[in-house]
Amino acid sequence: MGRVVLVTGVGRDFGGRFASRIAKDPVVDRVIGVDVVPSRADLGDVHFVRADIRHPVIGKVIADDKVDTVVHLGVIATTSSAGRRASMREVSVVGSMQLLAACQQAASVERLIVKSSARVYGSSPSDPAKFSEDMSPQRIPSSGLGKASVEVEGYVRGFARRRPDVRVTLLRFANLIGPQVDTMMARYLELPIVPTVLGFDPRLQFCHDEDALDALHHSSLADVPGSFNVAGDHVLTLVQAVRRLGRPHIGVPPLALGTLGSLIPQLRQADLSAEQILFLTYGRGLDTTAMRQNLGFEPKFTTPEAFGDFAARSRPGAMHPERVAELERQLATLIAKGRIYGRR
Amino acid sequence: MGDGDGQDTLRAEQSADEIADSVVDAAREVFGDDLWERRLAELLAFLRRRITGAYEVDDFGFDVEFTERFLLNALRPLAEKWFRIDVRGAENIPSVGGALVVSNHSGTVPVDGLMTALVVHDHADRFLRMLGADLVFRLPFIGELARKGGATLASTEDAERLLSADELVGVWPEGYKGIGKPFSERYRLQRFGRGGFVSAALRTGVPIVPCSVVGAEEIFPLVGNITSLARLLRVPYIPVTPFFPWLGVLGMVPLPSKWLIEFGKPLRTDSYPAGSADDAMLVRNVTDQVRETIQQTLHSLLLYREGVFS
Repeated sequence: MGRVVLVTGVGRDFGGRFASRIAKDPVVDRVIGVDVVPSRADLGDVHFVRADIRHPVIGKVIADDKVDTVVHLGVIATTSSAGRRASMREVSVVGSMQLLAACQQAASVERLIVKSSARVYGSSPSDPAKFSEDMSPQRIPSSGLGKASVEVEGYVRGFARRRPDVRVTLLRFANLIGPQVDTMMARYLELPIVPTVLGFDPRLQFCHDEDALDALHHSSLADVPGSFNVAGDHVLTLVQAVRRLGRPHIGVPPLALGTLGSLIPQLRQADLSAEQILFLTYGRGLDTTAMRQNLGFEPKFTTPEAFGDFAARSRPGAMHPERVAELERQLATLIAKGRIYGRR
Repeated sequence: MGDGDGQDTLRAEQSADEIADSVVDAAREVFGDDLWERRLAELLAFLRRRITGAYEVDDFGFDVEFTERFLLNALRPLAEKWFRIDVRGAENIPSVGGALVVSNHSGTVPVDGLMTALVVHDHADRFLRMLGADLVFRLPFIGELARKGGATLASTEDAERLLSADELVGVWPEGYKGIGKPFSERYRLQRFGRGGFVSAALRTGVPIVPCSVVGAEEIFPLVGNITSLARLLRVPYIPVTPFFPWLGVLGMVPLPSKWLIEFGKPLRTDSYPAGSADDAMLVRNVTDQVRETIQQTLHSLLLYREGVFS
């Protein structure tokens, strides 16, 4: 008998794509997609159940269909469409708690895959250059989605202790990026003028959304318990990334950046919370040795490649690389002319 | 209409030609008659790469191009003209593979680290990956420049990561105690932390190169410390020198002391058995050995140096 997979958070684009994708896998018999809102995309063979994971009905769904694999993607909403920040955290944490409680009751559940975020490491000047999975944050995120991620991971660890027979895989993703994902980070980078923290140029790491889907797919079927960082190799600095998009950037003192973020409507879309400002100040790097060696997953895109794929399909900025290259050619021609026809 | 347009274009072309002429003249003057063309093309390509972000940084944020073109070029006159640094024993720096340069620390402001990095680049053709306190990375601009220049946080993880990647790593184990010590204690080595750098070297099996810097002690003679303000600003000290803060910005000009930098014979660590990194006794012995070497070299360099400024 094939696998029965329950996927949460299918109402959002990423969750929907994952559900319809794993439904095509021959070893999977049935995929149940859960969310409070139906997906706008066609989910194909996915059986959609409209339910709130905070509601006990989820336990019934798991028991009735004898779900053996739970893929929890509804942990953190990185898209800005999910409504107010505080309620978003509420939904994330309470929803995850209830889902885990339901899984604990269900004897059929054999494996749990949770999509977490590298936000759990926080960002501080005392951070090592790269976080590996066993390191704890220098400063535990005290607010926002980072705090929610930390809390959810705490519940997941508690669940793993109470149900040692369930293989629990926790994937901590770097910022997702790609032509198809609409994250707050992507919106921030696509502002006409990107406000950065004055005097800082943080290191960023990205994970292509295709790689994220691959990693989740791989871990849903691979049975490798543990926590794993998932990110493309190498880093880009924020300024470098903004320049690759051809956008101008302006350094703003961190305090003013927070105020700006709440005053200007365009910036409100781009997430300039206290937590995000810390990230935009000190950045973060991830060690992905365990992803390769233990999880056995190899991303297709490095960080610069993933970003390049995103940049290729985003609106070209004022200082588009091709435009700058053209300018350089023109200047070179002028100079050559000057040499030939010049006074000397 | 057509005529006017034609004249405008002509005029635009003329002024463009004039600009080109002046650029060419300037380039000739700066780069010399033979090389200007290639240099100018290089400069243009370099500017384009910077503007479009088409440069590379490593996982620690190290930007080779920026470091070579800007940072080191900016530091070189200071090293050669102001401090007139004499370098000895540069051949002791391994030309390939991981190695740990351990140096004394002094001078109120970590200029000695920058100078050592420059000297290593110019005499051994390698980049010194400096390990700095978290204060460095907390400060705007300075933290950014530090990462671009190849520095990273002084932590066991980062040190071992760099050493296993065959990098040349620089540490200043005295930390604030060394750099912020009063002028009266100059050239007296402070405690060498807990010997974390020795453990890192033992674990990765890389040689330790002792480095002794003479001259940095005199650039900002520290005679006092505004403790209350330092505590308020969460920094280890606010220096008081004979010139700072009394002369304001002028007081920030380092005194032109004569510098000597000597790299000692590398101390091999690969002959110790596996697990030695956790042997507290051994780590302490090696730490003391390195410390002694540096202290003795400092004494002999001081004897060799004729005067503070000559």
